[in-house]
Amino acid sequence: MTHCGCIIIGGSHAAAQLAVSLRQEGWQEPITVISDASSLPYQRPPLSKGFLAQKVTADKLLIRPPALYETNQIDFRLQQVVSAVDPVNKQVTLANGECLAYSKLAFCTGARVRRIEICGADAKGIHYLRDLQDVVGLQQALTGSQQIVIVGGGYIGLETAASLRQLGHSVTVIEAAPRLLQRVTAPAVSEYFQRLHEANGVTIVTQKQVAEFVTAESGVVTQVLCTDGSTYPADLVIVGIGVRPNLELAQAAGLECADGIVVDEYARTADPDIVAAGDCAQHPLPYYDQLKRLESVPNAMEQAKVAAATLCGKSKPYQALPWFWSDQYQTKLQIAGLNSGYDKTVIRGDQTTHNFSVWYFHEQRLLAVDCINQPKDFMLAKALISQNKAIDQSQLSDLDFDLKTWL
Amino acid sequence: MPLIKYVDHSGNEFEADVAVGKTVMEGALDNMIDGILAECGGCCSCATCHVYVDDAYLPITGPADGMEKEMLSAVNDPKANSRLSCQIVVTEEMDGLRVEMPESQY
Repeated sequence: MTHCGCIIIGGSHAAAQLAVSLRQEGWQEPITVISDASSLPYQRPPLSKGFLAQKVTADKLLIRPPALYETNQIDFRLQQVVSAVDPVNKQVTLANGECLAYSKLAFCTGARVRRIEICGADAKGIHYLRDLQDVVGLQQALTGSQQIVIVGGGYIGLETAASLRQLGHSVTVIEAAPRLLQRVTAPAVSEYFQRLHEANGVTIVTQKQVAEFVTAESGVVTQVLCTDGSTYPADLVIVGIGVRPNLELAQAAGLECADGIVVDEYARTADPDIVAAGDCAQHPLPYYDQLKRLESVPNAMEQAKVAAATLCGKSKPYQALPWFWSDQYQTKLQIAGLNSGYDKTVIRGDQTTHNFSVWYFHEQRLLAVDCINQPKDFMLAKALISQNKAIDQSQLSDLDFDLKTWL
Repeated sequence: MPLIKYVDHSGNEFEADVAVGKTVMEGALDNMIDGILAECGGCCSCATCHVYVDDAYLPITGPADGMEKEMLSAVNDPKANSRLSCQIVVTEEMDGLRVEMPESQY
C-alpha cells in the first residue's frame, strides 16, 4: 500500500492552504491532496463575479501556480473520489479501488449546491453555480439566451444577476422570502440591493415560491411557474438556493457531525490524527461563543492554517473574526462579524445613497456591521468587534464623529 | 522578469521573479513568501496585503486611490507609502521594487 503521509481530501481553498501551510510549519512527510476536481485549486469567489462577467480570465483563477506545489512536493491526485475512510487502520480507499495509507488526515470536503426538488428540475437550461465547470457551462448556454430567471435572492443569485446584467442579459430574480438577503441582513440592506438591481434593470420578485420549471417537448425550460399560478418566461434558469456541507465520508468514518464535521478551536476532530477545515467544518467561534459552520474563503484559509499547525504538533487556536464580502455592479459590500441574534440596528450614513453602514447590536454589544461602499467603516468595525470595544450607539449616526476614537 | 524584493518586519529580504501583469500580492503568494495574507484573493476587500513601497519606486507604482485609499486609512500603522499589493500590477519598470510587509500580517 502506498504511504501518502498527510492525506487531504478535497481540492479547494481550505485544501490548498492546508497543503502549503503544512510545509511552512515544517511537515516533512509526503502530502497528498485527493480532489474530484479536474484542475488545481482555484479561486471560487470570482466565479459569480468577475469571471462570469468576463473581466477575469481562467488563468488568473489558480490559487497557487503548479510549480509551487511541485517544488514543495505536494502531490495532487485530481479527478479522484474517496469512497471510504478507515480511521482504525488509517487508510483511505478511492473509488477506483486503490488503498492509501495516511499518518494524518484532513477533511476539506467543502460543500455542494442544494438542488431544487420540483417538477422540471432536470430540464435542459437549469443551471447551478458552484464549480468552474458550472460557470463554463453557463457561459456556453448564455449565447442566444433571451430570458434568464434566477431562483434565489441570496448573494450568489444577486452577484450572478449583476454579472449577467453587465453582459446585457435580461434577468429576473425570484426570491421566496419577503425580501432579498432576508436570512443574512437587516431590511435596510435588503432594500438597498433591491433598489440597486432594479436601477440596473433586473426584475426582482419576492415572496414567490417556485413550483415548476415548465418545459417544451424538447425538454428545454420555457417558463417558471410559481405556486400562486404566476409564470415567468425563461430559456435559462440559474438556481442559487444555498449549499450543503459534504459530510457523508466523515459520518461513515464515525466522526461526529452536526451542521458540519465537529472540530475544536484547533481544527481537531475527536480522532487525534484527523482534522477538518473550511465549509465542511463546524467549529467554536471566538467572540460569539457558539459552534458555527461558516461558508467563506477567509474562514477556510484561517482554519486550514490552524489545522496545519495542529498536524505539526503546534497549538494555534482559531482566532479570526468572520468577515464576508460581495461585489455587485459598482457596489462593494463588506461584512464584519456575524449578526445572528441582533436586537437592534443603527444606520451610519444615508441608506438611500450608495454609502452607508448598518451596525448590529445585541443590547449594548456590537455583533456585526454591513458596510456599503464604506471600507473605512469595515476596517474599523473589524477592530472594534474583535477588541470588544464599548460603543456609544448615539454617536454612530453622527458622520463627523471619528470611529477611531473608540479604538 | 522583474525582480521584486519582499522584506519582512524583522528585515529579512526575500526575492522573487514576478511576471509582468501579475500583482505584487500574487508574486508573494506564488513564491510562498509570508506576510501577505490576501484573504480576499486580490479584489481590494480585506486590506491583508498591505505593504510599504520603497520611496524610490513610488513614482512608478503610483499612490493608492478610491477604495484602496479608504481601506488604507484604517489599517494598522498606515504610512504615506502604504499600498495594497493586490492593486500593484507589476511592470518592467518595477524591476528591483522593494516592499516591506507590516508586522500585523504575520
